[in-house]
Amino acid sequence: MQSEQSNSKAGLVFTSPYVIHLLVFFLYPVGFSLYLVVHRWDLITDPQYVGLRNFKYLMSDHLFWQALTNTLYFLAIHIPLQIIIALALAIALAKPLKGRVFFRATFFLPVVISGAAVTILWQRLYSTEGGLINYVLSLVGIDAVPWLTDPGIAMPAIAIMATWKNLGLYIVFFLAGILAIPQPVYEAAKMEGASSWQEFRYITLPLLKPTMLLVVVLSTLGGFNLFIEPYVMTGGGPLGSTMSVVLYMYKQAFSFQHMGYAATLGFALALIIMVCVFTQKKYLDSERYY
Amino acid sequence: MSMRRLLVYVMLIAGAVSFIYPFLWMGSISLRPISEFHDLGLFSENFTLANYQAVFDRIPIGRAFINSCFIAGTVTCSVLFFSSLVGYSLAKLQFKGQGAIMAIVMISMMIPGQLTLIPLYQLIVYFGWADSYLGLIVPSLMSGLGILIFRQTFMTIPYELMEAARMEGASEFQILRKIFWPLAKPAIVIIGILTFMGSWNEVLWPMIVVHDKAMMTLPQMVVLFTKGGESGGQFGIEMAANMMLVLPIIISYSFFQKYFVEALASSGIKG
Repeated sequence: MQSEQSNSKAGLVFTSPYVIHLLVFFLYPVGFSLYLVVHRWDLITDPQYVGLRNFKYLMSDHLFWQALTNTLYFLAIHIPLQIIIALALAIALAKPLKGRVFFRATFFLPVVISGAAVTILWQRLYSTEGGLINYVLSLVGIDAVPWLTDPGIAMPAIAIMATWKNLGLYIVFFLAGILAIPQPVYEAAKMEGASSWQEFRYITLPLLKPTMLLVVVLSTLGGFNLFIEPYVMTGGGPLGSTMSVVLYMYKQAFSFQHMGYAATLGFALALIIMVCVFTQKKYLDSERYY
Repeated sequence: MSMRRLLVYVMLIAGAVSFIYPFLWMGSISLRPISEFHDLGLFSENFTLANYQAVFDRIPIGRAFINSCFIAGTVTCSVLFFSSLVGYSLAKLQFKGQGAIMAIVMISMMIPGQLTLIPLYQLIVYFGWADSYLGLIVPSLMSGLGILIFRQTFMTIPYELMEAARMEGASEFQILRKIFWPLAKPAIVIIGILTFMGSWNEVLWPMIVVHDKAMMTLPQMVVLFTKGGESGGQFGIEMAANMMLVLPIIISYSFFQKYFVEALASSGIKG
């Protein structure tokens, strides 16, 4: 009995710092965000109650919609590119071959490096004046591409960079997924005379569904978190084509001091992210690959 | 070697080159004089440390390095300590409100950080913590992911070990410290790497709460340096600053490669 009492006391003591921290730095900000979204506040004068005006403005704010569309454009390029390349490399690395550890470690390198550093490096690689990428393209006879200054190309350029940065992580996920598929399944398929393509299409792909879901969800979260990439490379331009929602929120808050509206943007973005992740989970759980 | 095997190797080697070459090139350019900035090769007869000297002359990057080490170090120690306390309570103790705490850990992890970003900034300003270590460190002192990983690890440790220690009059904290921590080394390494790396690489939060150069973190200062014009657009100097940002992580990664991969893979699966 005594031990149970001390047991319960220890639990309260051990968890109380966490609970206090959570109340102050999580629950209070969540509550305060609900207050901010119905107020107008420039940080200097007192907040003014404005009802749903922030949301009305949000609905008609074409910069917000553009930022959202930019993010979807980013995801439409980033997710398929990521899945195809990561899957191909994971399949190659799943076979016993020399240098497997080296290759895996190499592809993983950008994953551990700060997004800011990767962006600063890639800004140089994309340069139209002696950038490495345009140089390589010129070797195969492709004219210099204005990667970061053409409104149609700037977002795809960021998507390519993000793919390069995250690829290693998704290779590891796919590799784990592939190695978890029991060998007898493949052996049985071979006995039935299945081709490599059929093995891939009817065994590997369907069994990798959970990994696919993970990759799609994580890439989506990454897309909605884009900030430092456009901040460094393009400042959101050209013509707003790389403006991300977080960058727009940052600008509303700290360039224009629209605290209430910035909080509204954060609120809307959080809602969109949760709906997206939830839908993806639901959709991919019910989808059939076979 | 079959044709197919050869193709696989060609693909892998091409991939590896496209991942390594940019880093090597960055390192090379950072060591070369201004006249060679357009050279895409790696070697030069004129290697010099002048670009690094220029970075040190123009910005307090040493201070930023120390700031980043201090912030990431403090956050990591705190996350390890408090997450293990909560993880232990959730895995091995019974007390009132346990279920509620577990639920709120999950909820706090599900809600995207964008929701609390602006209000959290207001709170930091209200506390007078802008431009201070407190503002940079305190919001990150706890981690839901850390709690979940510790909880999962501790659940696999048998009760018999605890009972024996309790019989001998050990307190719950002594049990945690003497039995659970030593048995949870892999979890400690994983959470340690994730937290340190996350804090070291974080750039949005410092950009929001810090404007004083003396308080800036390393990535923030390097971004400001290349964006804000202090580098004069000379990319040898920009790359030198960038090298200082990536080298600590690349060096630790080359020693603990296996743990980094494991840590990041487990964060994805649980996150």
